[in-house]
Amino acid sequence: MKEIGKYFIFLGYLFTNRESFKTHYSLILDECVRIGVNSIFLFVLVSTFIGAVSTVQTAFNLVAPYIPKYVISQVVREMTVLELAPTVMAIVYAGKVGSSMSGNLGTMRITEQIDALEVMGINSINYLVLPKIVASVLMYPLLVIVSGVCALMGGYLVGMITGILAPTEYIYGVRYLFNEFTITFALIKAVTFGFLVASISSYKGYYTEGGALEVGISSTKAVTTSVIAILLADYLLAQLLLSPA
Amino acid sequence: MIEIQHISKSFGDKKILKDISGTFEKGKPNLIIGASGTGKSVLLKCIVELVKPDEGYVFFDRRNFTEANRNGKIEIRREIGMLFQGGALFDSKTVEENVRFPLDMLAVMPKDEKQDRVNLVLNRVGLKGANKKMPSELSGGMRKRVGIARAIVNNPKYLFCDEPNSGLDPQTSILIDELIQVLTSDYDTTTIVVTHDMNSVMGIGENIMFLYQGEKLWEGGKDDITHSGVEQLDDFVFANKVMIAMRGKTS
Ligand SMILES: Nc1ncnc2c1ncn2[C@@H]1O[C@H](COP(=O)(O)OP(=O)(O)OP(=O)(O)O)[C@@H](O)[C@H]1O
Ligand SMILES: [Mg+2]
Repeated sequence: MKEIGKYFIFLGYLFTNRESFKTHYSLILDECVRIGVNSIFLFVLVSTFIGAVSTVQTAFNLVAPYIPKYVISQVVREMTVLELAPTVMAIVYAGKVGSSMSGNLGTMRITEQIDALEVMGINSINYLVLPKIVASVLMYPLLVIVSGVCALMGGYLVGMITGILAPTEYIYGVRYLFNEFTITFALIKAVTFGFLVASISSYKGYYTEGGALEVGISSTKAVTTSVIAILLADYLLAQLLLSPA
Repeated sequence: MIEIQHISKSFGDKKILKDISGTFEKGKPNLIIGASGTGKSVLLKCIVELVKPDEGYVFFDRRNFTEANRNGKIEIRREIGMLFQGGALFDSKTVEENVRFPLDMLAVMPKDEKQDRVNLVLNRVGLKGANKKMPSELSGGMRKRVGIARAIVNNPKYLFCDEPNSGLDPQTSILIDELIQVLTSDYDTTTIVVTHDMNSVMGIGENIMFLYQGEKLWEGGKDDITHSGVEQLDDFVFANKVMIAMRGKTS
């Protein structure tokens, strides 16, 4: 409980004594590039495979002859857009980007780099953490889109290669009864998770105390806490936005 | 001038600093000396409030720092240059970017002028030409000197140096001590230097505070330090073989 209060105070400091927009602009760009380079390969790999495996498994479960084949890709699409791309990938994101953010700030803390900023009269939370959060909120939705596309591509390829369902059927299923709101919903989730992972990981890293060992512990805690927050937020958002009004 | 009044600090139930008061004057180096682990670095951090003291007040030229609001503190901090014991260089930036950082963030001056200033201070700490190196490529002593360059680049009104010459060879040590002394008198800076190097003490120690297990046991100048009459200080001062032999002769 105390921890949560401290977290919100930490968020409050993001916006006090701000540095100029110009300073932040280049920091945010750097951070975006770092996030992208850090995670794009893993995202493409994981989501393509998940897409492919979901297709095979859905096909395996839908053996009844009276179910048309395109239902397979329709199911894969729903899974991908609603849960796989935004939520499951958020867990991957926390493991990759969150732990690196936390490690980065933790190292700056224990080597007194944060103290050095503070003693110059610079609000280190604003200077170091705000760019990370903004970059994460911008980049994670993009990564979600990429991973959604990759997952559907993975399904398409595996369907074609194994002959589970023909490309035309697959495409038909992907478009069948498509509700645009699911995309909006996925992006709302992405923005939320991008914010949660960056802010929680930064928080954990920023308040590291001790030495190199503690930096590692902070990173692990950053991932665990981020994942819990993601799952809670996932449930809340589903309740809020998907429950029939 | 910096004045501290009744500074105390504990970590958990371990008392690190016990009721320390004193005045650090302008224009000449003020030294804080004492054995390893007595709380010198913690005292320095308490003065700039990187560590919040449990009790006591700090005044920067009669401005109450302890009770200043956030903006008041920032205003004072922008006049501070600080060298950390470990250097605290930004490891994602080059030497040049590290040294230029305070200028980029706090000073309004044209780009060329900044560059000249950076080169000037790098030259003064004997690191001409190291501009483009990354901190990970530097030796311990070089990091320290980059740290000093960064601390003095913006002509601070208050300069804090935590062991500026630990890890440096004797010659470079003297060079750095002289640099600190010259800057202090030229710009009328209030300078506090933490050290346990007796060479520095005898070189620039005009105003010395001796800490022992978190207490201030003595203060004075280098001329009086060898006959202070304080047992613990004598142990500290005469802590090498030559000096021990001399101590035997004088007492
Ligand atoms: N953040 C902290 N938490 C707990 N204890 C601390 C902390 N910082 C310092 N200490 C303790 O305070 C004491 C004084 O430390 P300090 O770093 O001030 O020593 P020092 O006099 O600077 O020594 P040295 O000459 O070795 O640098 C030590 O016993 C140290 O363990
Ligand atoms: Mg120290």
